[in-house]
Amino acid sequence: MILTKAQYDEIAQCLVSVPPTRQSLRKLKQTFPSQSQATLLSIFSQEYQKHIKRTHAKHHTSEAIETYYQRYLNGVGRNGSAPVLLELANEIATEVDYAPSLMARIILERFLQDHEETPPSKSVINSMLRDPSQIPDGVLANQVYQCIVNDCCYGPLVDCIKHAIGHEHEVLLRDLLLEKNLSFLDEDQLRAKGYDKTPDFILQVPVAVEGHIIHWIESKASFGDECSHHAYLHDQFWSYWNRDDCNQAEIQNSKKLKKACL
Amino acid sequence: MAAVLESLLREEVSVAAAVRWIARSAQSSEDDPGEAAALRSLRPLRKEFVPFLLNFLREQSSRVLPQGPPTPAKAPGSSAALPGRPGGPSRGGRGARSQLFPPAEPSSAAAAEAPPARRGGRRRGPGPGRERGGRGPGGLEEGVGGESPPWAAGRRRRSSGSPGSPGRARSDPPNLSNLEEFPPVGSLPPGPAGTKPSRRINPTPVSEERSLSKPKTCFTSPPISCVPSSQPSVPDTSPWGHGLPPGCRSLQEEREMLRKERSKHLQQSPTPACPTSESGSPLPSRTGNLTAEAADPARVSSRQRLELIALIYSSCIAENLVPNLFLELFFILQLLTARRMVAAKDSDLEPTPGAPDSLESPLFQSVHDCVFFAVQVLEHQFDKGTLKLLAENERLLCFSPALQGRLKAAYEGSVAKVSLAMPPSAQAVSFQPETDNRANFSSDRAFHTFKKQRDVFFEVLREWEDRHEEPGWDFEKGLGSRIRAMMGQLSAACSHSHFVRLFQKQLLQMCQSPGGTGGTVLGEAPDVLNMLGADKLGRLRRLQERLVAPQSSGGPCPPPTFPGCQGFFRDFILSASSFQFNQHLMDSLSLKIRELNSLALPQPEPSDEDGESDVDWQGERRQFAVVLLSLRLLAKFLGFVAFLPYRGPEPPPTRELQDSILALRSQVPPALDVRALLQQGLRARRAVLTVPWLVEFLSLADHIVPLLDYYRSIFVVLLHLHRSLVLSKESEGEMCFLNKLLLLAVLGWLFQIPTVPEDLFFLEEGQLDAFEVDTVPSEHGLDGMPVVDQHLLYTCCPYIGELRKLLASWVSGSSGRSGGFVRKITPTTTTTGLGAQPPHTTQGLQAQLAQAFFHNQPPSLRRTVEFVAERIGSNCVKHIKATLVADLVHQAESLLREQLVMQGQDGGDPAQLLEILCSQLCPHGAQALTRGREFCQKKSPGAVRALLPEETPAAVLSSAENIAVGLATEKACAWLSANITALIRREVKAAVSRTLRAQGPEPAARGERRGCSRACEHHAPLPSHLISEIKDVLSLAVGPRDPEEGISLDHLEQLLGQLGQTLQCRQFLCPPAEQHLAKCSVDLASLLVADQIPVLGPPAPRGLERGQARRLLHLLLSLWKDGFQVPVPLQLLLSPRNVGLLADTRPREWDLLLFLLRELVEKGLMGRPEIEACLGSLRDAQWPKDFSEELATLFNLFLAEPPMPEPQLRACELVQTNRGTVLAQS
Repeated sequence: MILTKAQYDEIAQCLVSVPPTRQSLRKLKQTFPSQSQATLLSIFSQEYQKHIKRTHAKHHTSEAIETYYQRYLNGVGRNGSAPVLLELANEIATEVDYAPSLMARIILERFLQDHEETPPSKSVINSMLRDPSQIPDGVLANQVYQCIVNDCCYGPLVDCIKHAIGHEHEVLLRDLLLEKNLSFLDEDQLRAKGYDKTPDFILQVPVAVEGHIIHWIESKASFGDECSHHAYLHDQFWSYWNRDDCNQAEIQNSKKLKKACL
Repeated sequence: MAAVLESLLREEVSVAAAVRWIARSAQSSEDDPGEAAALRSLRPLRKEFVPFLLNFLREQSSRVLPQGPPTPAKAPGSSAALPGRPGGPSRGGRGARSQLFPPAEPSSAAAAEAPPARRGGRRRGPGPGRERGGRGPGGLEEGVGGESPPWAAGRRRRSSGSPGSPGRARSDPPNLSNLEEFPPVGSLPPGPAGTKPSRRINPTPVSEERSLSKPKTCFTSPPISCVPSSQPSVPDTSPWGHGLPPGCRSLQEEREMLRKERSKHLQQSPTPACPTSESGSPLPSRTGNLTAEAADPARVSSRQRLELIALIYSSCIAENLVPNLFLELFFILQLLTARRMVAAKDSDLEPTPGAPDSLESPLFQSVHDCVFFAVQVLEHQFDKGTLKLLAENERLLCFSPALQGRLKAAYEGSVAKVSLAMPPSAQAVSFQPETDNRANFSSDRAFHTFKKQRDVFFEVLREWEDRHEEPGWDFEKGLGSRIRAMMGQLSAACSHSHFVRLFQKQLLQMCQSPGGTGGTVLGEAPDVLNMLGADKLGRLRRLQERLVAPQSSGGPCPPPTFPGCQGFFRDFILSASSFQFNQHLMDSLSLKIRELNSLALPQPEPSDEDGESDVDWQGERRQFAVVLLSLRLLAKFLGFVAFLPYRGPEPPPTRELQDSILALRSQVPPALDVRALLQQGLRARRAVLTVPWLVEFLSLADHIVPLLDYYRSIFVVLLHLHRSLVLSKESEGEMCFLNKLLLLAVLGWLFQIPTVPEDLFFLEEGQLDAFEVDTVPSEHGLDGMPVVDQHLLYTCCPYIGELRKLLASWVSGSSGRSGGFVRKITPTTTTTGLGAQPPHTTQGLQAQLAQAFFHNQPPSLRRTVEFVAERIGSNCVKHIKATLVADLVHQAESLLREQLVMQGQDGGDPAQLLEILCSQLCPHGAQALTRGREFCQKKSPGAVRALLPEETPAAVLSSAENIAVGLATEKACAWLSANITALIRREVKAAVSRTLRAQGPEPAARGERRGCSRACEHHAPLPSHLISEIKDVLSLAVGPRDPEEGISLDHLEQLLGQLGQTLQCRQFLCPPAEQHLAKCSVDLASLLVADQIPVLGPPAPRGLERGQARRLLHLLLSLWKDGFQVPVPLQLLLSPRNVGLLADTRPREWDLLLFLLRELVEKGLMGRPEIEACLGSLRDAQWPKDFSEELATLFNLFLAEPPMPEPQLRACELVQTNRGTVLAQS
């Protein structure tokens, strides 16, 4: 799926200060009926992540945590079955506006601090978020669960979906390469040969796509906006370039292919 | 200076602090304040400390290392000087030291006794300053004529130096252990100006003026102990006379004391043991009686003092504070192998009672002391090249068994083999059609002239080859006129360039090996060789190696020379004395140097780490060696030609003259911008390539060059580099060990060249820092790669071999007898103690034949054959790995499996298993060689045929094929025979651990895993899509939701159907996704049970009907049973949270839960006890009172059921009735 920059900008425009919920996504779909849900979700997710990266720090000051926790306690005190935590996270009026899963994590950490002797380890927290049944407090468990299933940008479920998409696209890509009779080395083979950083596939015989030579293909299985291109270029692509001696054109190119895969 | 040493000995200052003090100018914070204060007062002396220490040690050892026979030849006044010999009273040390430091007073005194300027060639000459040089007995004058070998020349001409020497030198077999004094006979002719024996380090000039004419002090050899008679009269202006303890205030004073002391001594002991007779009459029959004294650790005197000095000395070495690493090692080994003390007889040796720990008493009072000191230093320093000989030295064993153990271990671990043999050099440069044909010449005449010149040139060359070793033959006389006549014909510029190209090519071809002997190594008597038969050829070679090699260098620090056929080219240039020729040659050499220096040398592939790349890497290393040696050769000749016009025997005598020369020279642009190339090389981390040739270039510079700003800055950079190459530092991105060693060796050698001013090395750090080189660490520098091997190191620096020779002479005990290092030839067998060498029987001749064959063919043929051999050899290794080794690995796997079956699952110790397997399989590795041979035989000819032109004559083709087969086989078999066992081991080890892992924890789960059926077209929905959909359902169910929101029943059913398909297909399913799907399905079931799912429908969203819910639950149950391959967390159905969902519903619906539980049991998804446990723990949670009562009822109901699964129908009925009860209760 290749978007023009204008299309992309238009979508991104609609995503300013929108909570990452099912409802928001539904509205987005209604606004842009021609785009697939996957594309919209991917863009939504990336835009929202940028937003979170910008604001992450302010939610983690001890004052903020304390405020949130008190508000949570007050809320569930009034009505334990109301979506207290979710609404707290999505409150735009008071400028909270934080991902529900991440808010759940903050409150859970704070809660465990109160109820356990030792500060909870990261793995305990993660495990509780994956399976809220493990949370000792039933109300909190429900609240956390609600946050997680309602969050479409963060949380263990979303992570799993992203991971699954990545895996699926690798499989798709492999099938495509096999179908086109292109000989390649995949990541496992490359690793066995001792490469430290590997793209998904290295073509044993380079191909030309739209006038560019392509040596390797990396499927990122996410929308390639400018920002993520930049980051990937920095973290991965240059490393491949250093190792595989290919030209920059294919880096540009891998973007297109990648988008095509989405 | 002595003050520093003394304060060290008195332990006022720690060694570490002292070394820090020497190495850095800045006060270090680590220093103890007391120490710092003690050292601060001595600050101005800091840079003089190292030269002082070195001189001190040499002077101290002079009595022990008299090997430089105490000849009168040393100096005319030697007998008068003997009072200075340290053999005398204990204060002798002091006296001697005062000489070692050349009297700071410069010219006036020196002028009285010796030629006014000593810097140049005269340094060797008789004279007090010269003594330190110690290179040769007095008269070793430069072989100015250039024809005769310097050492031979020295002997012949010794008379010129001093009257006493000639007779001595001839009658006494030279003393071997001291190469400086008695360099081996037969060294090759030195350059006319390069003949300086090297070395002297001057203790920093006190003023600029002085540096000019100051006599040099030399570190190289055992110091000569004779004091020239003139010395004492020298007015003392010693720079270190100030700020020192009164005891050493002035040299003059010391000398006076000495003299008194001496006369006292002479009166007291007129015995023959007195120093006079010692030095005056050399040991009469050195040949016979010079047996080594046994060294005994118990007899070491002042052990602590020796330890301290050894420590500081070795610290200086380790920090590269000494100018030449190998020189110091050589010195240490000399001490180690000292035969006996010269003057030291017991009467002399009684330790001076008064001051055992001061410098007043001689440091080395006996051989024991020397050996002790040497071993102490060796314990800190390690030289790899000579391990075996060192290890076999019995003195080591008795002084430090631990060190010997380490040496033995290092020796066994060292694979470095050094052969001093040179590859046979080729003959003439063949006609090069590309550059030599008519089209390249301006006219027919020029073309023909060049043709003639070519012939003349080779004629001259041949004549030189035949005759240059004849006594009395002189190059200039024999060939000079012919050469000049030929040069005269070269009129046009283009002819010059053609000739220069020929000259340069021939130079490279003949001289690439350092001692290039002109192709006549074995070629002189082919008949004899044939008679010998190929079998003996290898032995003959080795014999020749031993005969030839030891003579090829002169001492640990020989002056630059033009050995072997290099001499021809040098003499040719001199005889031709053609300005045009020189200019063209310089242009051409510069161009070629630039070209080679910037040649991109291939990098080893980082990916191929499994060792087979070794095969390729070997070739690349060889290429590096070729490039490096070519560069060194070219640079040497460039230096020779470029500095030829300025070369003179001596530096300018006066400051004024020097200034004017400097002013003149400083505006001459350098022949080649070496500074830029050096900086470039450092920046690109290619110092290991650039520096060695630069050193060659600079070694031929004249005396003024180092004073020119341009070159001075180069020296400073080199100096800085030298300091930074600390061998013991091994860090990431650092230079490889041998690379460093090579640079240290060549730089150390350069700093010892006579034309390099000695004060340069001990430059103030301030100046050093100013020239910080910005080495941007780039990943792919040559410096970080192991491009230098032992062989290349020895080829570039033959003088390192001197260490080995010194030790070898000790081992063979021949030092006093046979007149040279290792001259004793013992019959060798093909298997030497150092490891069996593959017999090189027919290879010698074969190689020569191949050489000759290629010579007559176009160069592309050779390249093709070598390329094919290279590739086929490498492929062969890969092939063996993929076939033979892979088969063996398979065998290993099946053997292992049998083993495991026999021994049960645990199978025993993996290491032991591996051993068993390897012992069974490794012998099969022997097949690799035969198979490899077959492979090469099969593949090479085709490749050669395909690559050579169709028209290649059949005979040429078949020869080329055969050579390619041979080379490829040799390459492959060499690698295979060395590595096959290790390779098999490694692969088997990997296979074993793989198999054992596979054997690991959950074989059952792994075994059951299925893929999708063959007919599957992978059209199932993607797992990510499903998770996303189910998540939407969950979020809708959990809320919050808009009133109109809901899910259609169809959608739910469809979703579960899709889930079934995906679980069937599995093409896109990865375990984490499946786990999440499983968990989501359980959550969904809980919501169904609790009737929390809002179903769309007219009129409004509502709960599911019970039948619909049950249908959906059935679907889920069958997915759990048959669809999922990961464990489904069914116990979550009974988690407090999910059960708690029921608490919110009114009226509460328990029957779905009961139904679900029964189905779980019935389908075998959960056991009754498991469910009971879950229900039990449920009761512990906090519930509203009514809810816990209902829960208890459910529990009882479930428990009341018969444990045996019942037919479905009856179960349904039961559910109905039970439901009634439950409802009634609520």
